[in-house]
Amino acid sequence: MARYDRAITVFSPDGHLFQVEYALEAVRKGNAAVGVRGTDTIVLGVEKKSAAKLQDSRSVRKIVNLDNHIALACAGLKADARVLINKARIECQSHRLTVEDPVTVEYITRYIAGLQQKYTQSGGVRPFGLSTLIVGFDPYTGVPSLYQTDPSGTFSAWKANATGRNSNSMREFLEKNYKETSGQETVKLTIRALLEVVESGGKNIEIAVMTREHGLRQLDEAEIDAIVADIEAEKAAAEAAKKGPPKET
Amino acid sequence: MECVFGMVGNGFAVVVADTSAVNSILVHKSNEDKIMILDSHKLMGTSGEHGDRVQFTEYVQKNVALYLFRNGIPLTTAATANFTRNELATALRKNPYSVNILLAGYDKETGPSLYYIDYIATFHKIEKGAFGYGSYFSLSMMDRHYHSGMSLEEAVDLVDKCILEIRTRLVVAPPNFVIKIVDKDGAREYAWRESIKDTGVSSA
Repeated sequence: MARYDRAITVFSPDGHLFQVEYALEAVRKGNAAVGVRGTDTIVLGVEKKSAAKLQDSRSVRKIVNLDNHIALACAGLKADARVLINKARIECQSHRLTVEDPVTVEYITRYIAGLQQKYTQSGGVRPFGLSTLIVGFDPYTGVPSLYQTDPSGTFSAWKANATGRNSNSMREFLEKNYKETSGQETVKLTIRALLEVVESGGKNIEIAVMTREHGLRQLDEAEIDAIVADIEAEKAAAEAAKKGPPKET
Repeated sequence: MECVFGMVGNGFAVVVADTSAVNSILVHKSNEDKIMILDSHKLMGTSGEHGDRVQFTEYVQKNVALYLFRNGIPLTTAATANFTRNELATALRKNPYSVNILLAGYDKETGPSLYYIDYIATFHKIEKGAFGYGSYFSLSMMDRHYHSGMSLEEAVDLVDKCILEIRTRLVVAPPNFVIKIVDKDGAREYAWRESIKDTGVSSA
C-alpha cells in the first residue's frame, strides 16, 4: 500500500496554512456568485461565463438543489463542487432517514464546512477549492437563512454576501444598498449587485429564487432580461433626476 | 395474517393493504399504514416483519429522493423496482429482509405498472397480485372478475369484493384496510375500509 499519510497542508513559520490560502486564490478566480436574504425570499445569482457555441448550457447548472428546501451556489473549482454537492445531498437524505426530519440550513452548512475542514487536516489530500453560498428555509419555523463556507472550513450566516471574482466590489455594493426586502425587490437587489461586476444581459447571469412554498425556481433568460431592463430604466431615471434641477435655473 | 393485494386498471394502479399491527396474540393497532408513498408517482404496499418493513421501505424512499436530486429527473417505476429487488437480493444471503412488496407506479411514457417483489427477491411485472393468507381469496376473486383496462369504479368494486371475501373466509381476518391509487395525477390515499374504529379513551 503506497503511503498516503503525509500531510500536505502544514503550518508555515508565521502561522499560515498556505494551501488553504492558495485555495482561497482559486476561489477568487472563480465566477462571481452572490446571495441575498429577504423576508420571504432568498435569491442566488451567479455569473455565467459566455457559453461555447456548441455547448449545451443546460448541463452546466451552477445553482443546485441539495434538498426540497435547500439550495447551493459556489465559486471556485467546479469539479470539487460536484464532490461536495454529492456528499451533501446524501447527507440530506441520510438525516431524513435517521431522524425523520429534514435538515436545517445550519446543519447542512456545518456538515459541508466540516468536510472542507477535514481536507485541510488529512494526509495525502488538498483542500477543496471552492466557497459555497447555502440558502434555505428552516423546515419548521420557515425562517430564511443564507450561509457561506470557505476552503478553510469556516462558516457564518449572512444577510447578503458575495464570493468569487470581484466579490469585494459586490460586497461593498451590498453593504451600501442592503435593506430588508421581499419578493421581487430581493431579486432586483441581487441582480443589481451582480451587474456591478458582470456584463449586463440575461445570458451572462443565472438567477435562482427560493421561496417557502415553491422551493427553488430558476429564472429564465427572458425574465432576467426584463428585470435588467427595469433596473437600467431606474438607473437612467435617477441619472436624469440628478441632472434635471440645474438646467432649470 | 397480513393481506396486501393490487391491480392495474385503465391509466391507474391500485394497492390495498390491511392495517393491523400484530404481535403473536396482541393487536398493537388497527390503523397502521403499510403502503408507503415513495415519491409523487410511486407507492409501495408491504407486508412482513415490522422492523424490516419500515427500515427497508424508508431506505428505498430516501434513495429514490436522492436520485431525483442528483439527476434532476425521477426514477422510473421499473428502475425503482429493479433497485428494490437488487437490495433484497444483496442482503438475502447475509441478513435478509423479511418484506414482501407490491410496487405500483405511473410513468408518463409507459403508464401504470405493478411489480411483485417478495422477500427472497422474486421479481415479476404483473397486472394483479397478492401476498399473505388473504391472497388465497383475493387472487381467486381477481381471477374471476378482473379484466384489463378496468375503470376506477370497477377496480374499487373488485377491491371491495376481495375485502369482503377476506373478512368472511379468513379465520383471523384483519378488520381494516387502506386503499391507495397512483395515476397521472400522482400517488394518493383513496379510501379506508374500516370495520373497527380505534376508539379513544372513554371518559370516566
